[in-house]
Amino acid sequence: MDANDPIPASVIGGYLGAGKTTLVNHLLRHAGGRRLAVLVNEFGDLPIDADLIVGAGERLIAIAGGCVCCAYGSDLIAGLEDLAGLPDRPDHVLIEASGVALPGSIGAALSLVPFFRLDAILVLADAGAIAAQLADRFMGDTLHRQIASADLVLLNKADLVSARELAATGSRLASLAPAARIVPAHRASVPVEIALGLHAGRAWRDAAGAGPTHVTAAFETLSCVLDGAFDVAPLAAALARPELGVLRAKGLLQDRAGRLMVLQLAGGRHETEVVAAKGARAGRLVLIGQAGCLARNAIGAAIEAARCR
Amino acid sequence: MFTIYEARKILTMNPARPLASHVAVRDGRILGTGSVEELAGWGAHRLDRRFADKVLMPGLVEGHCHVSEGVFWRSVYCGYFDRMDPDGRIWPGLKSIEAVLARLGEAETALDHRDLPLSGWALDPIYFGSRRVDRHDLDRISVTRPIGVMHASGHILNVNSRALDLAGLLRPGISHPGIPLGEDGLPSGELKGPDAMMAVGRHAGFDREAQASDEPGLRQFARLCVRKGVTTATDLANLLPDEAVDMMLRVTGEDGFPVRIVPFRRFHGLGVGDLIKRAGELKARSSDRLRLGGIKLFADGSIQGFSARLRWPGYYGGQPNGLWYIAPEQLAEALELALAGGIMVHIHTNGDEATELVLDTMEKVLRRRQGPDHRFTLQHCQLADAAQFRRIRALGFCVNLFPNHHYYWGEQHYAMTLGPERATRMNACASALASGVPLAIHSDAPVTPLAPLFTAWCAVNRLSAAGRVMGGAERIGIAEALRAITLGAAYTLKLDGEIGSIECGKRADFAVLEDDPDEMPPERLKDIRVWGTIQGGRVFDAAAI
Ligand SMILES: [Zn+2]
Repeated sequence: MDANDPIPASVIGGYLGAGKTTLVNHLLRHAGGRRLAVLVNEFGDLPIDADLIVGAGERLIAIAGGCVCCAYGSDLIAGLEDLAGLPDRPDHVLIEASGVALPGSIGAALSLVPFFRLDAILVLADAGAIAAQLADRFMGDTLHRQIASADLVLLNKADLVSARELAATGSRLASLAPAARIVPAHRASVPVEIALGLHAGRAWRDAAGAGPTHVTAAFETLSCVLDGAFDVAPLAAALARPELGVLRAKGLLQDRAGRLMVLQLAGGRHETEVVAAKGARAGRLVLIGQAGCLARNAIGAAIEAARCR
Repeated sequence: MFTIYEARKILTMNPARPLASHVAVRDGRILGTGSVEELAGWGAHRLDRRFADKVLMPGLVEGHCHVSEGVFWRSVYCGYFDRMDPDGRIWPGLKSIEAVLARLGEAETALDHRDLPLSGWALDPIYFGSRRVDRHDLDRISVTRPIGVMHASGHILNVNSRALDLAGLLRPGISHPGIPLGEDGLPSGELKGPDAMMAVGRHAGFDREAQASDEPGLRQFARLCVRKGVTTATDLANLLPDEAVDMMLRVTGEDGFPVRIVPFRRFHGLGVGDLIKRAGELKARSSDRLRLGGIKLFADGSIQGFSARLRWPGYYGGQPNGLWYIAPEQLAEALELALAGGIMVHIHTNGDEATELVLDTMEKVLRRRQGPDHRFTLQHCQLADAAQFRRIRALGFCVNLFPNHHYYWGEQHYAMTLGPERATRMNACASALASGVPLAIHSDAPVTPLAPLFTAWCAVNRLSAAGRVMGGAERIGIAEALRAITLGAAYTLKLDGEIGSIECGKRADFAVLEDDPDEMPPERLKDIRVWGTIQGGRVFDAAAI
């Protein structure tokens, strides 16, 4: 990644007990070489598992693998600026929102700081508790706003409810957040690629291989080699249609004007951007979805429709 | 040897002897009030007659303000209303945008380096009709230095192009609810809400956290207290890092420091357990003039910022409900641990739904745990209705209401935020007293000016700046209002055994007045002239401070 490229940042929201801290620790354990920086509101209830910590200061905790965790206090903007100024620039930033915060507002605040790009808003929901929380007379509307702002809803602790209840809760959440994808999980253990997007290096390597590789049993990836030019922005919008079942996508494609474009997608959120060539070869696209949920024919049709002729 | 002060009149607030002509002071405390003959029995004394033509009352207690008032005066005052600075100079209110720009321009020429930021505060453009201040207005003052002007509400910041540029925001394509764009697609220079304000504010001389340990600001704040008759003031709230506590202990401990400061630790940056532990440590460091150990929680935001949590039917214009700043589980844990540790808790609740959450939570906590004489205080609590005041009383809470709002924003609450009925009910001092709720009233300085006698006037008259009475039935009497700014506020700080009235054994803290509140018509209460204070037996002349 170029030193001037914006750092992708994900917002991790959801009410108390939904598993935000568990997710953060899971991602730190499986960072796969990424240098993650975690921004938390406060160090109050220690956000990082003790065995991951290699050094702790007042506002910064050093974590195995070159990761860090910082407390931003009342000033998120200053916390982000501090991160951007770290000698070892992070590869990805995770902002853990407080249980009553609106993740959408934090996502909007990200746009005010240069050097960052909002990658995705991940909202966790406790599969067994979310229905009651949504109906709570004090917190209900806040929970609705949290869910509605999500790109991906991680329906956590899915193993603790019946399949029927899980399906009902899932469709309830889908109706509150039509643009989001609902991903069941337990112990917040989703593939890192779902939470953080596809790591450029690995994604391109996979793409060079043949056919799909399984991320875990519950998810599948689809890697395509796409020669030629594409209308990249319309392709991104098409891949974001819910019926295609794509949770995450990353592509490096050539556009009609011959420029190299990167395509990123997280749930319904997608963006495309011109990148400097740097010897990279265009024509790769990697998609991840839940196992059995990627609509391959429809995806193929979307790709062909975006091909320049 | 002790001193007997003679006064024209002493309003003691002690029902056993409400009025006196003399007060005896030894070692900074009150020996008693009465006639010289009565007081002479304590032994050798010195009669001090310099206040023979003045009126003494208990030193005023400001139960909710911020020491940062002293910091803001380093910026240019841009308010609509006349306001006194720590030097005693009255800055005339500015009645047009042109006047605001002229005063900023004058201050600009006094700054030397062309890149230094210029900051102003207390702007209230709602009084200027539909015309908004934009960056082009401020660019007329300077394009080389960043300029920021904070609104009186504290929820909006106006900046010039240079400040936007330094923050990297003078560019097209910005999409943020707190940043309106001009016709050219660039930010107009108006920044709404904490994120947008902080992104640019730091470049224009505003840094909120730095205000916590600002020594010159604390000194200026103290001078203002003397001018307003205040001998005890809260700092509600502060993060209270060790450096700030060290500085405050040192400064307040100086012989000439005229005020007792009661800082509260803001709930931020620590878990609940650590917060309570920290409060206990701070409490142990208290001195006479720095009373530490309380904590402040925030339940919601503000009404004029549309971030307060309202019950049905919500905001008058149909705006979405406000924001929670604490989860009920955290609130319950904090209340429970504070009760267990004997820690004082003051809770910011502006909207009535926030008040309701605190009441519901406290009721549950009190079922599990005893809370004798906890005196937890609901700060602002602006929208509580009679039923809530009855619950507040039953659960042992105090309230510190905010009647200054009627004067400064009553018309806006009436027309825009709450609608007529709730705008005239808010800050229902009479209902609170009728329910037996311990009552204090406050300024929230620097949001409105530090001046408890003005706050008392607001509670007694309930007039908006436009002259409309905002809910006559909730007016209280002068005696009740004076009690609220002395004993009432002291009670919420658990200091009523030490201060708040003039009687044997209490601290010798007096407000020294030129005019007699008993003789002032209610509508002129705010015009009472303050000579200065006596704090801990030390005399502070406002004219010489
Ligand atoms: Zn305040």
